[in-house]
Amino acid sequence: MYRILKKRTLSPNVKLMAVDAPHVAKKALAGQFIMLRVDETGERIPLTIADYDRQTGAVTIIFQEVGKTTKLLGTLEEGDSLADFVGPLGVPSHFEGVKHAAVIGGGLGTAIAYPQAKALKEHGAKVDMIVGFRNRELIMLEDEFAAASDRLYVATDDGSNGRKGFVSDVLRELLEAGETYDLVVAIGPVMMMKVVSDLTRPYGIRTVVSMNSIMVDGTGMCGCCRLTVGGETKFACVDGPDFDGHQVDFDEALRRGAMYRKEEAESLGRHVCRLTGEVRNA
Amino acid sequence: MPNMNLKKTAMPEQDAKERAANFKEVALGYEEAMALEEASRCLNCKHQPCVAGCPVNVQIPEFIELVKKGDFLGAYAKIRETNSLPAVCGRVCPQETQCEERCVRGIKGEPVGIGRLERFVADYAMAHGEAPARTAPSNGKKVAVIGSGPAGVTCAGDLAKLGYEVTIFEALHTPGGVLSYGIPEFRLPKELVRREIEGVCKLGVELKTNMVVGKCVSLDELMQEEGYSAIFIGTGAGLPSFMRIPGENLSGVYSANEFLTRINLMKAYQFPETDTPVRVGKSVAVVGGGNVAMDAARCAKRMGAENVYIVYRRSEAEMPARREEVHHAREEGIDFRLLCNPVAIHGDEKGFVTCVDCVEMELGEPDASGRRRPVVKPGSEFTLQVDTVVIAIGTSPNPLIRNTTPGLKTEKWGGIIVDEHGKTSREYVYAGGDAVSGAATVILAMGAGKIAAAAIHEKLSK
Repeated sequence: MYRILKKRTLSPNVKLMAVDAPHVAKKALAGQFIMLRVDETGERIPLTIADYDRQTGAVTIIFQEVGKTTKLLGTLEEGDSLADFVGPLGVPSHFEGVKHAAVIGGGLGTAIAYPQAKALKEHGAKVDMIVGFRNRELIMLEDEFAAASDRLYVATDDGSNGRKGFVSDVLRELLEAGETYDLVVAIGPVMMMKVVSDLTRPYGIRTVVSMNSIMVDGTGMCGCCRLTVGGETKFACVDGPDFDGHQVDFDEALRRGAMYRKEEAESLGRHVCRLTGEVRNA
Repeated sequence: MPNMNLKKTAMPEQDAKERAANFKEVALGYEEAMALEEASRCLNCKHQPCVAGCPVNVQIPEFIELVKKGDFLGAYAKIRETNSLPAVCGRVCPQETQCEERCVRGIKGEPVGIGRLERFVADYAMAHGEAPARTAPSNGKKVAVIGSGPAGVTCAGDLAKLGYEVTIFEALHTPGGVLSYGIPEFRLPKELVRREIEGVCKLGVELKTNMVVGKCVSLDELMQEEGYSAIFIGTGAGLPSFMRIPGENLSGVYSANEFLTRINLMKAYQFPETDTPVRVGKSVAVVGGGNVAMDAARCAKRMGAENVYIVYRRSEAEMPARREEVHHAREEGIDFRLLCNPVAIHGDEKGFVTCVDCVEMELGEPDASGRRRPVVKPGSEFTLQVDTVVIAIGTSPNPLIRNTTPGLKTEKWGGIIVDEHGKTSREYVYAGGDAVSGAATVILAMGAGKIAAAAIHEKLSK
């Protein structure tokens, strides 16, 4: 069992948890993820490692409550335990030699982009961070982002705070204004990563995306998370989750990501209390 | 007087129609009277050919003699001397090519039902309080076992009995390897696997789940920092092969590993009581002719598919699956499309499978494996309307250990290279089971675990 050491609400549906998992904390690096299972009847879900502390053995995850499992996870409190927590999985990100990078996060992806920005700064790169949210209420971790970047751009879809528009709009303007990057990191909804990759392609800027495929085991034994990269089938859990955005078949990834939409709704529907809207653990 | 009946004592089974709609065990096992009747068919031969046919050398005539006397717990203790997982082996071993193939009674009539008797004895012991196994006092030496499948569990059990402090590292949240994620509940109940592995842990073996060796910790760290004197690698062959045909990444195309892991390990057959979904449509094509293909097809049927096809490129004679499994699948209404091969999978605008194009095959000259090579029959294209495709054409060893262990020699296809004692190219590192041989059987993996345990003991006793 893996104890929850800390819990913080970042925005209405986004929560941060630090979990006691020393063997994960000991080896974790930016870009890697864990698989967790809340309880004995639970499913395994992948979550990116947002932070780690090798001394205390704590591993931080940040999740958005979008379905049965993440809503159930959100009901747990400090001192509660998770049935399973395994990692670090996937290939760490490689940032050697990068001088000027743009790190782009959309929605929950901003939390996952944060350790990447931090790692890039530690490698001595100049970092521009572009983060986007649907509206002002959803903005999170602004201080952390500011600390991890040289310049921070905050966009909201409805313009309720920061500048109005999508993160890709901000990047487009920066590129058109002559800004040069040797690396763009894009993390968030598949559609956002596709738009950013299309945007950087004519400029020839190396663009890394973090693919959030459906996973079961996360160790390369099933191929559930497979995607097409440069015409070849890759497993996101062992070959990624970072891939060259100019090589990824995003349309296929979008279709595969929607594969269980009906079942996901059914599972959530069964577990949400119709009176209070809360998730029941049964 | 021995029972000279030429046929094995029949074992009751669930009715085919009924069982195709549930995940309960198909074969129901002997009752005491049946076990006594079958045991009395054993001639207690002096030269014991059956024992040589068993990869872990269960003392077969001895345990059957104890069954004849009604000493079922004594018989269990006798089996456990050499076999850590008798309830598993009695169910999933291909006895027809091992112990029972060599049985003298099989020369004229059917061999003694050794597997059925082993299963009866193990089930009896579980129900009636098993005798505790004997272990030697601790010798203070630590051995790490990577993987908790049949090879690892057998190796761990044997070493624990010799007094070693054994820790098993398992990547998944449940031990058992293929026994837990691969072989379905209706052939091998998971509760039984759990209890059988618990029995091994009672010998003093420590089990650490959620530990992906090669990610959480490397082999070198286990030896240099954590004080393990030797390591056994029993990581299996869990990397699925795909066919590399168009449409293989459509939604609704599964590797057999994914399909079976969702259903068996994650219990998707109980969704939405459990949280893991699986999509099984009205019609399912399972590609392949091994036991894994039979398991996937029979699972699909139980998940409510109306039409389940086995699509296999050779003929029935070349099928690697056990006869019994093929027979059970047929009884349950699986539709065999032999000498057929898929060439493309098609989907709708949302990316869901709609059909699979196949070609018919003919058998040509024998290939390297000795089986006649299938050749495409010209102009034989046809289409199967299906909404799910399961690819069960084989697996190879996961590259994680070999990629993170310098100096560990492997074959081109990924198998770890070992000598006849299971020793790898690295000192104090041993390996066995599917990680060495590629996908094979439970009992061969157990045999390899046993040989490596003996070799590790010899090495560390010097």
